Parts: sequence; structure tokens; C-alpha cells
Amino acid sequence: MSRQPKLLLLDDEPEALELYRRFLSRLPSQPEIHTATSGARAIRLLESEPFNLLISDLKMPKMDGLQVLTIVKRRFPHLRTAVMTALADEQFRARAYAIGIDLFLEKPGTSHEITFFLDCIEGLLGREHEAGFRGVQSKTLVDLIQLECLSQSSSTLKIVHGPAEARIWIQNGEIIDAAAGDLTGEAAFRKILSWKFGHFEVLPAEPARPRTIQGSYQGLLLETAHALDEAHALEDPHANQAELPPEPRVAGSPLSEIARMNGVEFVIAASSREKPKCKVWGVENPDQMAEWMRETLHRFRSLGESLEVGQLNRIEGAGTQCQVVLAAFGEDELCVGFQRNLARDVLRKTMKNIFAKWAS
Amino acid sequence: MGLLSFFTKSIPAELVRLPQGSFTMDRDGRIIVSTLPQSFPAARAREIGQTFLALFRSSQAANLPLAELVVDFPALRLKARELGGGAIVFLSPQGLGGKPRT
Repeated sequence: MSRQPKLLLLDDEPEALELYRRFLSRLPSQPEIHTATSGARAIRLLESEPFNLLISDLKMPKMDGLQVLTIVKRRFPHLRTAVMTALADEQFRARAYAIGIDLFLEKPGTSHEITFFLDCIEGLLGREHEAGFRGVQSKTLVDLIQLECLSQSSSTLKIVHGPAEARIWIQNGEIIDAAAGDLTGEAAFRKILSWKFGHFEVLPAEPARPRTIQGSYQGLLLETAHALDEAHALEDPHANQAELPPEPRVAGSPLSEIARMNGVEFVIAASSREKPKCKVWGVENPDQMAEWMRETLHRFRSLGESLEVGQLNRIEGAGTQCQVVLAAFGEDELCVGFQRNLARDVLRKTMKNIFAKWAS
Repeated sequence: MGLLSFFTKSIPAELVRLPQGSFTMDRDGRIIVSTLPQSFPAARAREIGQTFLALFRSSQAANLPLAELVVDFPALRLKARELGGGAIVFLSPQGLGGKPRT
């Protein structure tokens, strides 16, 4: 299979496209360059064949660059995307990154800037080809760690899981330390491995990092996997009993832990994958509330998409009876009710803990 | 470097900037007062306002009446207060790292 990367350039000005094409054809990776003069045409091309990178202008008639990128990120989440624009505007930069682009570049004006631009694009294409870690949603953290260790790498894995951030330090293929919140060493490592989704970044190694984890990475992964299996079995004792009726509304472990937190009055958790199922605590009208949560999150997600401002972070509401926070993590949705008079800073702090708890 | 003039467009197309400002919407979804610039399409403002009105109403129907809302997106923060069936809505664009930006 050819390793020649495929690049799609989108700009409404054919002359500019031709110029970019000439510049980009000088890249060492010698990409196969396609062009489109409208967003609709670019999307059709992306549907018809796989590309490695889309470089889009922002100012275009009919469908502007932010609209195109919003659609592209939703339909082709693994495609690398870059913006190249003459708009030196922080707001558009922030909105483009909020949509999930990889790179925001201002159109080059000098030979030095052209060289910089070409280096950035080559770097982006190189990452696609050499790193190979794009589209890792189906991989677990265990897979990623094994890859780093098997290749005898020295690196620092930064893992972001909702509001929680953690690091795993790897030296010459051995896990030497981990940190997650207040936890360090093996405890932190076990905590990190209990997370089911998130983002990761491979940072440079820190050789001076003291070693707190002494065992081999295989042993550590095995022990952690056993511990997680056991915890999972305890959480769901009926997992293997096929004929038992489902009991979605339980005051079970994660919800009851959240419910014990400062000022919490009720909790609703649902997954958009399993529509009829939700878990609730402290709610009198669970079906109605769950439906309200779903509708509200859906409405504001759609609004965010329409305004091109990135994915909804959270909704905070205050009323005469209580305060409420709604948020979504991937396909999981959460609504937490708080006491009406709980101070806003306490609420936010508690919510941060809840996000971390829920995410794990 | 004459070729580089191609990088600057002669007739720039419109790209909507998110403004800092507020507007008031009545219970029927009409904008009564607005400090948003005219360059910001009224349809966008109506879309925002009506989403909030719908939320105020649905929260009432769900026996959880809300009078104040803050909605956070990476590039925009929206705040709304219920006003006699309508709402006042504040828009604050956010810069990189969630810092307020005008």
C-alpha cells in the first residue's frame, strides 16, 4: 500500500489553491494533493475517498470554514484538520480549536513564514504516518501502555479523563511512576487504568523522575486487570445471570457515593446508547427528569454546533428549589441537583469531584 | 514575493464573529432590546434566546423551575435570567483556555 499521504485543500479562490498546491508539492512526504473550492465539494471528496489531512480556509461564501470543519469533525472524527487563514483573530482561533482542529495557521506572508507553514504541515502529516495513534478510541489504556513498554520507549504519558489529569512515567520500557490527583505510584496507576475513556498525549521522558514502581510492567498490568475484574464483579453480582430483570434505577455504588458529596440533593445518570435505562438517586419523578435532562443536553449540543463554539461543557442552573448541573461525557449524561443555598464555589468544587468520580 | 498577494482576498466573505453583549427576549420569542452589534444575525440571537426559553419552560414542567442558567462551551459562555416568561441573555466569547475575550 502506498504511504504517500493524501491532502485536501479547501479555499474558494482557485489561484490561491494552485499556489498552495505548488508549495505543498515540495514537501518531503510528497503528498497527493487534491483541491476543492467549496465546502460541499470538499465533503463530497472526503466521502468518496480517504484523506490524511484537510487544510481549510475560514472565509468562504455559502458555507464558511467553521461550518465545514464542524461537519467534517462529526463525520470524519479521525481526519486531521488544519485551518489556514488571513484572519489573525483570537476568537476564530479559539472557536476553530474548540471544534477540534489540529492546527491553526495564518496565511504565510514571507519566505520564512512559508517555510514555517510547510514544516507545520509536514509535521502534521508525519505524525499521522509515524505515530499511528490517531483513532485509538477502540484501544484501552492497557494497549497504549503496552505499546510504549514493548517498544522500550522512554516517555511520559499524559492522560486526561474528563476534568481529571494523570501521568504515567515510562523509562526504557518500564513503568517507573504514576500520578493521578492525590495518588502516586501503583495506587495512581490502578486508578488511571480504571478509566474507560479520555485523551492521551505522549510527552518527553523525564529521566530524573524518581522510581516508585518497582515491578515489571507485565506484572503491574496483570495485577491491575485482576483488581479491576474483581471490583467489577462486586459492583455487578448479577452480570452472568441472564434471566434476571434489569434494575436500572439503583442506589448503587457510584451514584450513592456522589449522593454523599457536599450539598448533593439528587443525581440522574443515563447513557444515550441505552435510552430507556437511567440511574437515579433522590428523584421523585425519575422518568420525567431523565427525559428533561436528555432534551436539554440535546438542545444545547445542537446550539453549540450551530454557533460553532465547540462541544458543550456543562449547564448550570439555579432556581427557587435547588441548583442543578448538567453535563455529558461521551455518551454518558449526568444531572446533579444541589441545595439551593449552596455557595457557587463550593458547588463547582463538588462538581469537579463528581466529574472525576463519575468519569472513573 | 508578488505571488503572495494571492493570500489576501479581494472580496472577503462573511464569517460571523461572536459578539460580547446581551439581549432581552419576550415570552413570544421576540427580541425587545439588544446590545449585540448589527453584524450578528438576528436569527442567531433568536435561536439562542428560544433555546433558553424552551429550557426555562421545560424545567418548570419537570417541577424544577430554574430562573438563572449558565451554559459553557469552549469558545462561548452564555448566561440567561428568566424575566416574566421571557429572558435576558448575555453572550461572552471565551478565548483559548476558557479566558473571557471580547
